[in-house]
Amino acid sequence: MEQGLWNLETLWFVLIAVLWIGFFFLEGFDFGVGILLPFVGKDDADRRVMINTIGPTWDGNEVWLLTAGGATFAAFPEWYATMFSGFYLPLFLILFALIFRGVAFEYRSKDKLPQWRATWDWLIFVGSLLPALLFGVAFGNLVRGLEIDAAGEYVGGFWALLNPFSLAMGVASLVLFTLHGAFFLALKSSGDVRERAAALSRPLSIAAGVVMAIAMIWTYTLGDAGFVPGLLPVLAIVLLGVVIWLAREALFGWAFIGTGLTIVAVVAAIFIGMYPNVMTSTINPDYSLTVFNASSTTLTLQIMTIVALIFVPIVLVYQSWSYWVFRKRVGREDVTAPTT
Amino acid sequence: MEDVLLARWQFGITTVYHWLFVPITLGITWMVAIMQTAWVRTKKPEYLRMTKFWGKLMLINFAVGVVTGIVQEFQFGMNWSTYSRFVGDIFGAPLAIEALLAFFIESTFLGLWIFGWKKLSPKVHLFTIWMVAFGTMASAFFILLANSWMQYPTGYTLNPVTGRAEMQNFGEIVTSKVLWAHFPHTIFVGFATASAVILGVAAWHLARRQHVVIMRKSAAFAGAILLVGTLGVALTGHYQGQVMVEVQPMKMASAEALWDTEQPASFSLFAVGDKTNNRNAFNLSIPRALSLLSCNNLDCEVQGINDLQAAAVAEFGEGDYIPNLFVTYWSFRIMVGLGMLMILIGGLAVWFHLRGALVRQKWFLKAALWIGIPAAFIANAMGWIFTEMGRQPWIAYGLLKTEVSNSPTVPGPWIVITLVGYTLIYLVLAIAAGYLFVKYAKAGPGDEETAEDVAASMVY
Ligand code: HDD
Ligand code: HEM
Ligand code: HEM
Repeated sequence: MEQGLWNLETLWFVLIAVLWIGFFFLEGFDFGVGILLPFVGKDDADRRVMINTIGPTWDGNEVWLLTAGGATFAAFPEWYATMFSGFYLPLFLILFALIFRGVAFEYRSKDKLPQWRATWDWLIFVGSLLPALLFGVAFGNLVRGLEIDAAGEYVGGFWALLNPFSLAMGVASLVLFTLHGAFFLALKSSGDVRERAAALSRPLSIAAGVVMAIAMIWTYTLGDAGFVPGLLPVLAIVLLGVVIWLAREALFGWAFIGTGLTIVAVVAAIFIGMYPNVMTSTINPDYSLTVFNASSTTLTLQIMTIVALIFVPIVLVYQSWSYWVFRKRVGREDVTAPTT
Repeated sequence: MEDVLLARWQFGITTVYHWLFVPITLGITWMVAIMQTAWVRTKKPEYLRMTKFWGKLMLINFAVGVVTGIVQEFQFGMNWSTYSRFVGDIFGAPLAIEALLAFFIESTFLGLWIFGWKKLSPKVHLFTIWMVAFGTMASAFFILLANSWMQYPTGYTLNPVTGRAEMQNFGEIVTSKVLWAHFPHTIFVGFATASAVILGVAAWHLARRQHVVIMRKSAAFAGAILLVGTLGVALTGHYQGQVMVEVQPMKMASAEALWDTEQPASFSLFAVGDKTNNRNAFNLSIPRALSLLSCNNLDCEVQGINDLQAAAVAEFGEGDYIPNLFVTYWSFRIMVGLGMLMILIGGLAVWFHLRGALVRQKWFLKAALWIGIPAAFIANAMGWIFTEMGRQPWIAYGLLKTEVSNSPTVPGPWIVITLVGYTLIYLVLAIAAGYLFVKYAKAGPGDEETAEDVAASMVY
């Protein structure tokens, strides 16, 4: 049954894409800051400066992920069930990472013992690196298609998820988020931290340009696995080219917007490419889950639409307000007061 | 072990663990908000010190509540995909709404509270902690909405083509009587738990005669909330029992080890079951008390397990519809018993305080710490274990059985890996959180006079 674009299923598909874009845009730089922690933070005060740049907001950023998960459950239960049970072990690793990372932010400065802080710092690093990589791998698999059987279940096992293309996507997301985080630090911190992040952003931007170009060009070779990317991947590559130049010119505000737009372009490309599929079957195209056969009933979608129309704008207002309140740069003088 | 059993253990362990932290959050956010309001109103520094001291303990607790919650959100899809497909049309909505309405509020405003001491005016800063408190309550409401539907499916139809439950009437789901019984019980439980913790910690300091001004105020406040909270818990629990007799009579019968229908029914105090012969080997009971509990009069009929099992077989076909009696019977008794004990502790705290004698009651100060706090945690765990195991074998009551609702494509070894993984991770978290909690609880309040003093110690 062919349906046009003007239906609730498609609206929810778009909304879920928007939630993922929000998550990757915001948590992307949080991950980046965490990944850069051992490289940019030379001493304890540096590392506290870095963590405090994202301190007030990282948890709110992470809720974009929870909302994306919840919205997928509500609007496309079949998608939620297949994807989460299919990506079982990678998801466990992501949860492992997010658990320790979240607690580490709150706990690392609550004791002075150097080993205590070093352990949590290490967990922040690993806890940021793993998801930054694994989310890319997961979306790589969504793009490429998975072994979905007639019952709509993923039957490919664990190792099939680690195919070359998806791993390339993982590396691309890892480097891109790290770069995004470097620009964020250049904007939000002062002193040595700022300078080191700025200096690192130049080689990082070139690395990001290269891996992203590889990953994006690769998508064109996937042929009829369901991915029809159009121009968006090219746009992502062009954007990163501009970002390399902006980093060189030390225009970090614009460069940050540049990596942000790259994230938007890539996630949009992935979702547009999948549509109307949500889980593309490589066994038989007829087995694919689509926005129409995986969705909830119209009534549920209508209720969810009303809730979203009212509350998404409110969330955006107070989250923006929170960023506004903490707009000032963080420096060593902000964290050197004694803690008990 | 069977896969579904592994998945059940995983859900049980991770949920009970999440639930160690959640009830504290539910109560303590409100209590800290009240303390801070007192400070903003009166400008007395002791209220600021209280806010900071209990606020820090709140944060240590909150951190683990947040990260263990993330696991919960994902687990339905990971381990219970058949269930998720079956109920997603109804069950997914409250989860999504919870994230959108509650989690965004909690996380954003908590960030503003922690980091905003110097950046926001006192009034706006106060507003942020009230928002957090409100967010926790919204969160509780929507997750209980989801849970209540599993306990008592309403407002749905079964789609004959897909065999799935579909939403038919959202209003009916939101006004479910089970939800409106569980929600108040849970909220009172939150206040009772948080105040038991605050009272216990304050008692430790009072027994040592340190920080007496602040700890006496805290203990009085917590004692009052504990008394009111546990009385509320008991009243709402009583109401829950009545709703349960109506919608899940088997749960009540098994909670009472009531094999045969009785009129009037007696409340069992201590029973030894004999499942092979479908009767009790031994039972000590209070005549008519169960009738009173179940329907507010002394001689109504309460159905027994044997009759209910026969009725279930007639309705759903062959099968064992009796939950694990040992667990339901004892978890219910322990919860209620500890509830009574907590009422006593709250009452004594208020009584001693009113007589100005709290600091002198050494034995009571010890009891408040070593009995009050464990009682709250054990009662909490027992409450959920009773609620959830008492609904077995159903995962969605009367619609879908637990044994067929796990993920068919997830092999046993994967569940073992994650089960062991979560257990180890949670062990490490428990050690870290416990260490910090005790450390900060023992350190006592500082000598802050202004918001600036507090600001320095709050950032990471
Ligand atoms: C009645 C209350 C209640 C119950 C039954 C549950 N939770 Fe919970 N949850 C909360 C009350 C709460 C809370 C009070 O809102 C928490 C605890 C500490 C916190 O930070 O928020 C929370 C945190 C929390 C978070 C993290 C939110 C964030 O990042 O800020 C998630 C994703 C969940 N929970 C999900 C769940 C799921 C899927 C549950 C069902 C199995 C569940 N919770 C049971
Ligand atoms: C509000 C949400 C929920 C809460 C707070 C909750 C809480 C609990 C608790 C405390 C237990 C007892 C632990 C034990 O038996 O060891 C439990 C058990 C269980 N829960 Fe829930 N639950 C919720 C929703 C769900 C959902 C949505 C599912 C299924 C997808 C589920 C499936 C189970 C299973 C299978 C068990 C194990 C039962 C057993 O061991 O007999 N629960 N839950
Ligand atoms: C004082 C007498 C108490 C009574 C009569 C009582 C009654 C009940 C009943 C009947 C249920 C099961 C509802 C159902 O499955 O339909 C329940 C659940 C529960 N109880 Fe209690 N309870 C009492 C005390 C406590 C205390 C002191 C705590 C913890 C501090 C507690 C925590 C819980 C929790 C967490 C649940 C599961 C959530 C829910 O179903 O609402 N209860 N209680």
